[in-house]
Amino acid sequence: MRRITRLAPGVGALAVVAAACAPNNHQDSLNPQGPYAQKIDTLFTPVFWIAAAIFFIVEGMLVLFAIRYRHRKGRPQTPPQIHGNSRLEIGWTILPALILVGVAIPTVSTIYDLARTPTGNVLNVNVVGHQWWWEVDYPDQQIVTANELHIPVGEPVYVSLCAAGVGYGGVPAPNECQPGPPKGAPPSAVGDDVIHSFWVPELAGKQDVVPGRTNHLVLQADRPGTYTGQCAEFCGLSHAYMRFKVVAQTREDFDAWVRAQQADAVAPPAGSLAATGMNDFLNGQCIACHAIRGLQVNGQPLTANGGPNLTHLMSRSCFRGCTMPITRANLEAWLRDPQAVEAGSWMQLNPKLSQDQIDALVAFLMTLR
Amino acid sequence: METAQHIYESEHEATSTGLPNAKLAMWVFLASDCLLFGALITTYVLYRGASLVGPYPKDVFDIPYTSVSSFVLLASSLTMVLALAAVQRGDLARMRVWLLATALLGMTFVGGQVYEFTTFYREGLKLSTNLFGTTFYVLTGFHGTHVAIGILMLLSLVAMSFTGKITQRESMTVELVGLYWHFVDIVWIVIFTVVYLIPTGK
Amino acid sequence: MASVSVPGETVRGGLLRRPRSTAGFWSWVTTVDHKRIGILYGATAFFFFLVGGVEALFIRLQLAQPDGKILSPSTYNEFFTMHGLTMIFLVVMPLSAAFFNYLIPLMIGARDVAFPRLNAFSCWLFLFAGLFIYSSFALGGAPNGGWFGYAPLSTVEPGNNMLFYSTGLLMAGIASTVSAVNLAVTIINMRAPGMTMFRMPVFIWMALVVQFLLAFSLPIITVGLFESLFDRRFGTHFFDPAAGGDPVLWQHLFWLFGHPEVYILILPAMGIVSEILPVFARKPLFGYQFVVFSGIAIGFIGFGVWAHHMFATGLGPVANTAFGISTMIIAIPTGVKIFNWLGTIWRGDLRFTTPMLFALGFIAQFVVGGLSGVTHAVVPADYQQTDTYYIVAHFHYVLFAGAIFGLFGGMYYWWPKIFGRMLNERVGKVQFWIMAVGANLTFGPMHILGLEGMPRRIQTYTPALGLGVWNLVVTIGAFTIAVSVLIFIGNAVASFRRPKDAPADPWDARTLEWTVPSPPPPHNFDEIPVVHALDDFWHRKYAETEEGTLVPVPAGGSGDPRSDDAHGSGHGIHLPSPSYYPVIAALGFPLIGYGVIFHWWMAVAGAVVVLAGLYGWAFEPAAE
Ligand code: HEA
Ligand code: HEA
Ligand code: HEC
Ligand code: CUA
Ligand SMILES: [Cu+2]
Repeated sequence: MRRITRLAPGVGALAVVAAACAPNNHQDSLNPQGPYAQKIDTLFTPVFWIAAAIFFIVEGMLVLFAIRYRHRKGRPQTPPQIHGNSRLEIGWTILPALILVGVAIPTVSTIYDLARTPTGNVLNVNVVGHQWWWEVDYPDQQIVTANELHIPVGEPVYVSLCAAGVGYGGVPAPNECQPGPPKGAPPSAVGDDVIHSFWVPELAGKQDVVPGRTNHLVLQADRPGTYTGQCAEFCGLSHAYMRFKVVAQTREDFDAWVRAQQADAVAPPAGSLAATGMNDFLNGQCIACHAIRGLQVNGQPLTANGGPNLTHLMSRSCFRGCTMPITRANLEAWLRDPQAVEAGSWMQLNPKLSQDQIDALVAFLMTLR
Repeated sequence: METAQHIYESEHEATSTGLPNAKLAMWVFLASDCLLFGALITTYVLYRGASLVGPYPKDVFDIPYTSVSSFVLLASSLTMVLALAAVQRGDLARMRVWLLATALLGMTFVGGQVYEFTTFYREGLKLSTNLFGTTFYVLTGFHGTHVAIGILMLLSLVAMSFTGKITQRESMTVELVGLYWHFVDIVWIVIFTVVYLIPTGK
Repeated sequence: MASVSVPGETVRGGLLRRPRSTAGFWSWVTTVDHKRIGILYGATAFFFFLVGGVEALFIRLQLAQPDGKILSPSTYNEFFTMHGLTMIFLVVMPLSAAFFNYLIPLMIGARDVAFPRLNAFSCWLFLFAGLFIYSSFALGGAPNGGWFGYAPLSTVEPGNNMLFYSTGLLMAGIASTVSAVNLAVTIINMRAPGMTMFRMPVFIWMALVVQFLLAFSLPIITVGLFESLFDRRFGTHFFDPAAGGDPVLWQHLFWLFGHPEVYILILPAMGIVSEILPVFARKPLFGYQFVVFSGIAIGFIGFGVWAHHMFATGLGPVANTAFGISTMIIAIPTGVKIFNWLGTIWRGDLRFTTPMLFALGFIAQFVVGGLSGVTHAVVPADYQQTDTYYIVAHFHYVLFAGAIFGLFGGMYYWWPKIFGRMLNERVGKVQFWIMAVGANLTFGPMHILGLEGMPRRIQTYTPALGLGVWNLVVTIGAFTIAVSVLIFIGNAVASFRRPKDAPADPWDARTLEWTVPSPPPPHNFDEIPVVHALDDFWHRKYAETEEGTLVPVPAGGSGDPRSDDAHGSGHGIHLPSPSYYPVIAALGFPLIGYGVIFHWWMAVAGAVVVLAGLYGWAFEPAAE
């Protein structure tokens, strides 16, 4: 009994390893899918085994002594009074120190390895944390999207992490979050932002998104596929709903995607329900926060101000911090009462929309491919 | 009850180190307080020159003025020493005089600080104006509060001296307040140097 | 029995009459006896343990399966924040303080702490701080920004929630600083004749290190809390990036306190374990000096590792390297302790009493948490681990399976001394095993959950992640722990139904508190003991031969506690009188707190109460 409980942590530890072989559940740090995550895994695995070895030695001695030296009837009650042993003390000071030196060396080299700015064929992306969704900007391609990061496989992606509000100008600029909002921009409708943390376990470790700072992270995927990630720093009410996807594509697919994203939105045919929706959109409250490229109000292009850019909304597979598939029903629910769908959402609709408006707006949104 | 063994809050008790408990406690407390000011000063230094808008230090500081009030505070350390010497001689009357003088000098300093704050405020530096306002007022304000508490303690000493709680034999309370007072003075020297004397970029 | 001058039969002193009651409610409110204050600390801490535990149970119910619907996001955030705050500031710290208060004077041979009324003040202020923070549930919402309250979330979120956090913690911080000064002076200055520093029990050493950690780390978070409070309340910009402020400054200030804090939480338990093992191994602690010095070393190094909580903040490779390495170094002195404990049971004559089981359980489980801690120090690995359940697993292994186990061991060990009654050993052992199973069931699988991608502080998770099974196991484990806690409560209640029958020295122990009757008289010692050696009491009972074998000293020897009556009467021992002022002064603080949050006039009223309390105090004779 005693032995079994003492070993329980050990069994747990083994289960960790077993879990590494479990089917991919897409957010598993033990299942690296690119060189940067792999470097971490390569470092962690031996460290884990060293820790496991120390664990078994210490617990082994503990159990052994507990059994061997337990009080037994008939044994003299006066064990030898041993006060200490300097040689042993020195030994168990030096030995762990040596082990730690062994751990520290690869640790340090990996720290520097991961901190290096990648060179060569590198894709620059600015990822902006908002409460509670991710904006994804491609400064070189002039694309703005949300909650889905598309990357070409086999190429390093240099991610610059910015916080919304004061930390970010909203205009894509490579590798640097712009200090402060662009001149003349209206004050943000959704306030200043807080700290988030960008994490796609299968592609890289975490990096925090800190207002006022520009942090960087490199990630790379070996194979096409979808990798899920999640905000890892507590950021308020809907922190649990701040998820996102990384879509790794072959270079050709990626280029095609880029071209599609670069296109302007196409206005729906006049007279359709969608056209009514577009009118509602352009003359209502939506444009206070959202932009759609290609549409204009009073001859002015729209500027996003705290809400996701909706130009190619339907090309994404998920919305609202990538926690819901984009379906008609979900969009309707969202427009009916955003706060009911996402606690504390900054998308405040005032006044609330009528069912007719919702129908029209959803019809319009569904044309944004 | 001549056989009574006092074991607490008494300076006549033989302690393990020979130091009276209260004095040791004051030292530990002041060491702890050092870190309080350490953290405040660090904050100030980290944000030095980081304000995005004015007024900046050079726009508001009046170094000669503050130097004078700093000198007043330093002078109060001297009167504090004299007060302690007086009570240790058993001269309670002198002690009261010097304690009051110390308190008065302290009040002059605090008054000067209040005047300085109002001037800065009128010149447009509020707590919320910029990082300079934020860090300056909070750092010097914390120090001013320490001085104010010190003044309260000095006045309390004077009051206590009329109730027989302060005597030549029980002079340690005065010594403790003195320790605190000198500490607050020394901290001011650091603050004055860091805040007023070391120039900032802006 | 010694006759003691009864406090209260005395003339007026100060403004209020000296309190008279020696039993009942008011005697507890006005007490300045370190033993009663210790019990007050312990009772409050245990009460908050149940509260924090119930919060944890709700958290676990919510997370038992994906898409949980038990708690709304806002309630969940309040619950996990309050759970962390409660367990750290209102459970482990005061429970350790309970042991410090009760035991320090007894173990060093003193009649009380250096400043008994200050001690009462700390105790009440701590209790009021706890109640103040909890009153937020009724006053618009409890703190909801996590126990480390990162700015700018803590300064921009709407509502007063995080104002309760900063003001409440400021109060608790004042209480702890005052008590740290008090206890440090007590240990340094009030030792019995002959009790040199290196004859002090290890528990006392760890207590001393903890007091210094408190005294030097609390002022730092005090500054941080003030800055955060001012940002919210007075429009300052300490952590406001829009004005050039840096949110990371808060992280530095918090963790400069926060990391020493975790050693504040663990060293008392390590001290307790170092007392329990030798008694039940019937052998001296192996390598006493090394255990002491490693404790001191942990205290020192503990101030140089704080940024290991910020590896993903973006401090750069140089800082991350430095803090990664300094963090690893801390494993060395901690290992020294572990190995010396193993050395202590090696070749011993082990008795598996309940306290001993908890002490051994502490070692077994703390090692798990310590080793996972070292894997966090491997910085790149921490890029994956940080802010996941892997971290939650780490700190519950050291805090629950470590600190709480150690403290439970202490409760079983000193219960007879404190209450004069034994706890039921058989029930205690059952409790231990259920708790150990529960703890490992709860916190073991969290390692897996974290590595498989479960971030912490999420109120729900999607079924797609495949985390449901282990989460269910965790929840079952949490309720297993709850069962064990209920068993403990039953055991404690049952002990009070029995007569006071505990002998002075039920465990054949080694330190001075066991020389006095159980429970000890108000004045502790009829005569202040004179100490001749480490483990003095043991050496009064047993002599050691050249070869290191024990021979009992003939019964009735100088140290036999049963012969206590033969000692001097202790007539005329003058104990500090009870006082109203500490509790009055402490009462003003929550008023100030409400004033800061709601209406300034409350703050003024509070300040008046505090000043009135302090003045009454200053003019009150220390004893009559
Ligand atoms: C009692 C409290 C306690 C204790 C004692 C410790 C002990 C340690 N902790 Fe832990 N820690 C916490 C409480 C504690 N911690 C808490 C509460 C948090 C989270 C805060 C939050 O985010 O909310 C945290 C978080 C935390 C982090 C940040 C993780 C993150 O958020 O990303 C790190 C990183 O390095 C860390 C490391 C360590 C290390 C190296 C030790 C070492 O002291 C451990 C040393 C012990 C051993 C190593 C075992 C025994 C030694 C041997 C048997 C010798 C041989 C060993 C070797 C050679 C390795 N801890
Ligand atoms: C000493 C510290 C300590 C202790 C003992 C515990 C104990 C427990 N903790 Fe806690 N925990 C923290 C410190 C601690 N925790 C901290 C610092 C955090 C981080 C907070 C943050 O992120 O800000 C945290 C976070 C935390 C989380 C993560 C929340 C999140 O990130 O979203 C979880 C989740 O499972 C958890 C679970 C538990 C459980 C199940 C216990 C159990 O061991 C509890 C056992 C106790 C009981 C079960 C009580 C028994 C009660 C009864 C039997 C009822 C009787 C009732 C009456 C008589 C009225 N804790
Ligand atoms: C006050 C600001 C604001 C207004 C007004 C507003 N939105 Fe939003 N909208 C947001 C924010 C912020 C989000 C991101 C919410 C989230 O994901 O957490 C959002 C998200 C969305 C999304 C999902 C986008 C995605 O990819 O996640 C859609 C669709 C949307 N809004 C449509 C509308 C429409 C239609 C209107 C007008 C009727 C509107 N919004 C008005 C702020 C606003
Ligand atoms: Cu964003 Cu959590
Ligand atoms: Cu730490």
